Amino acid sequence: MLSNIGQILVFLILASSFCIIYNAYLDIKIRNQIVKKIIYNISLLQITFTILSFFTLIIGFVSSDFSLINVYENSHTTKPLFYKIAGTWGNHEGSLLLWINILVLFSFLFLIFNFKHNKKFRLYTLIFQNILIIGFIIFLLLNSNPFSLIYPVPLEGLGLNPILQDPALAIHPPLLYIGFVGCSIYFSAAMASMVTEYKGREFALSIKSWVQISWCFQTLGITVGSIWAYYELGWGGFWFWDPVENASLLPWFAITALMHSVMVLEKRNTLYAWVIILCLLTFILSVTGTFLVRSGILNSVHTFASDPSRGIYILLFLGMMIFTSLIVFFRKHKKESYSFNLKTRETFILVNNWFMAFFLVTVLIGTLYPIFLDVIMDVKISVGPPFYNIVIVPLIVPFIILMTVGPQFKWINSHNIKFYKTIFVFLGALTINLLIYYFFGSYSVLTNLIFIVAIFLILQCFFDAKQSLYKNKKSEYPRIISHLGFGLLVLCIGVNHQYSLEVDFNLKVGENKKVNNYEIYFENIKIEQKKNYHSVTGNFKLTDLKKNLVQYLDPEIRVYSNPETLTYEAAIKSKITSDFYLTMSNVARSEYYNIKFQNKPFMIWIWISAFIIALGGFVQLVLKKNEN
Amino acid sequence: MKIIFLFIIYVLLSTHLYTSENQAVLLEIYKNLRCLVCQGQSIADSNSDFAATIKLVVQDQINIGKNKDEIYSFLISKYGEWIVYQPTFSKSNLLLWILPYFIFIAGGLIILVIVRKSKDNKTN
Amino acid sequence: MKINISKIIIFIFVGFFLLIFWLGLKKDNNYDTKNIIGNKIDSFQLSSIYSNKFISEEILKENKFTLINFFASWCAPCRAEHEYLLNLSNNSKDIKILGINFKDKKNNAISFLNELGDPYDSVGYDNDGKISISFGIYGIPESILVDHNLIVIKKIIGPIDQNQYNEILELVE
Repeated sequence: MLSNIGQILVFLILASSFCIIYNAYLDIKIRNQIVKKIIYNISLLQITFTILSFFTLIIGFVSSDFSLINVYENSHTTKPLFYKIAGTWGNHEGSLLLWINILVLFSFLFLIFNFKHNKKFRLYTLIFQNILIIGFIIFLLLNSNPFSLIYPVPLEGLGLNPILQDPALAIHPPLLYIGFVGCSIYFSAAMASMVTEYKGREFALSIKSWVQISWCFQTLGITVGSIWAYYELGWGGFWFWDPVENASLLPWFAITALMHSVMVLEKRNTLYAWVIILCLLTFILSVTGTFLVRSGILNSVHTFASDPSRGIYILLFLGMMIFTSLIVFFRKHKKESYSFNLKTRETFILVNNWFMAFFLVTVLIGTLYPIFLDVIMDVKISVGPPFYNIVIVPLIVPFIILMTVGPQFKWINSHNIKFYKTIFVFLGALTINLLIYYFFGSYSVLTNLIFIVAIFLILQCFFDAKQSLYKNKKSEYPRIISHLGFGLLVLCIGVNHQYSLEVDFNLKVGENKKVNNYEIYFENIKIEQKKNYHSVTGNFKLTDLKKNLVQYLDPEIRVYSNPETLTYEAAIKSKITSDFYLTMSNVARSEYYNIKFQNKPFMIWIWISAFIIALGGFVQLVLKKNEN
Repeated sequence: MKIIFLFIIYVLLSTHLYTSENQAVLLEIYKNLRCLVCQGQSIADSNSDFAATIKLVVQDQINIGKNKDEIYSFLISKYGEWIVYQPTFSKSNLLLWILPYFIFIAGGLIILVIVRKSKDNKTN
Repeated sequence: MKINISKIIIFIFVGFFLLIFWLGLKKDNNYDTKNIIGNKIDSFQLSSIYSNKFISEEILKENKFTLINFFASWCAPCRAEHEYLLNLSNNSKDIKILGINFKDKKNNAISFLNELGDPYDSVGYDNDGKISISFGIYGIPESILVDHNLIVIKKIIGPIDQNQYNEILELVE
């Protein structure tokens, strides 16, 4: 029953897409500025069908309707309700339906909210977006249908991976998808802009909010994903330069560059070609990321169950997208003349784009190189954190300096900024760094530089904030907030990296281990049977010998039976100043347990700074709304 | 007696220092090694049996005085380049290390060109 | 659209990328350590599980071919391949089999061999698994075929099946 409803709804979405394209095409020929009512109506129907189809799948999960293969493979009657619902998008087919939902949602919202803009442009955007929607629906129907039936109907499901039963992970996909599926709309808008020659400032205004929204949610999505990795995966880290993580970071670099470039297009009516390229590139990167993650071409801790047949379809789709956009771009591209004054904001935004391009290319090369080497030379290598740290981190130093100095300049006309003020702030940063170095322990030259420039950025942002509040220049608030967040993030990660304590040792029950000024005593093991797993919890007494404080940490090993897996739950005590992190795993065929103990300063501040970065973007949206 | 006592304290202290420095090197090596039976985890992060064995082997090698590069070479000869996360500086990896900087320089040149052209446009 | 060289280059680049992706899909993702083929075995020393005697790489020089098989009593797939090991030891004169008991208890290993039959000419004991690392082992069962010059001729990951059994016989002739 549900399967039929779901299938019919999906077909209805497909049908409405065709209807929209047909009607839009007809309406384009009518030379007025009013979009025909029927197009609005069909769009409304389309979004209704889409949301209903998603609800249908959710109902399937909640009611444990195992006649649907998707529910059977990814759910279980004993799973808690919240995770049954989250299970809807925690698998390949369901998440694909979520993609389609967001594609349709943005299509609808763009149509509605951009009523001030050129009609032909809006209609062509709608057409291109619906072509994308059709592409994804065909993929869904032919290859990854969440409404496929299974017969005979099994009595029990195969259960969802227990690692995925976590609140942070439940909201991570929706957040991330609004980010990198949301960028589909400005891909379509870019295509439409080229075809209708609706350029310059007006085009910038039409996509500005959409770029902003996708940027905010992409930032949030990545942050929440890292928080999940830290609390759930049990290795104490939050970023591993894993291909799947990189797949979400690549669009982020592009969207950040785009967000800044759109400002230049709006204010100076220049960089149009570059903005178009970025709009196209962002969604192309999203789809490439999806390809890497879902096709099984890469080996990762995060991948969905892989299936090469999916890969071929996505690759085809990707190829068509890239070639079409290239052809349209080459046909319509007209040379621009640039008239940048050197000491202006727009020049520094160009510099931002330059660095973003570098970061993007580095991460892209690092992720793709193993594939290329494997195919061409049959050699398998790994590219991991050391590569990215060596290549990227040194260049963060000039990047942050430019990021601090750049916004001091104004738009359009060259002004000499008051250098002495900036030098004063820089000296302040130097001093603070020296104090940290003196009181807390020495570190390398590179780390010194990172601390100095990060503090420089933070201090400058505070001064800028004071200025803006005084002059009531609201338009500066978002930039100050986000840049402050970024400086804070770099500083916290630097401090965390430098002053983390990490030890790995084996311990038996009743044994003691002394590490620096901590003493860890393995008190006992508690074995319990929980709802759907067997729990082995270790009780550890942690004594801080310097401060004479005692804490208890209880890491857990969970033995699940459906499916048969082991997970390791870390014991984490998060405080304002630092986190304690303890994981325990059983050494096979022995009474010993392998213990990993970490003391990680400023962990919470890392998350807070990432949220501050996103906050700046949201403030920008609110300000724009108040403007209107 | 006092001397023996002081000597024992000295040895204990220095092994403690030695161990904590060693711990740092060990950890660095563990983080650079890939767990071959896991889906994308380092030896430091993995709880697998294989990781436990590799840790023992690395500890042995450190104790007989081998340095990081020798350990990596040894493991690469047994398991291939896949086992280290930092790609080697070899001919086959040349592009990997050079291309990002190449693009950076190229980007810089493009910006210079744009700024130059802008200056020309101004004077015209 | 004017067709000039830079546009053609861009199209070729994109085509190249897509081609590599497509080929990459067809490649097997699971890593194997077959790269040790052609390399020489490191010297080693193991105690036998039966006696206090020591087994070293010298023993490999005595035979034209030796199959080094890594196993344990707690390993289920090891049981599956045991039949092929017994066949090899009984039927082939040119090949000897060295067993290396991996991370096991001696008593359990001996019971295992008593139960299923002992195809090995000698069995070494690798308690903590460290010696196996020097052979490039990462799981069990795994087998390495070496000649009397200690050069690795073949590496088998996982239990030996009929195909690999035939291949071993061919290589040994």
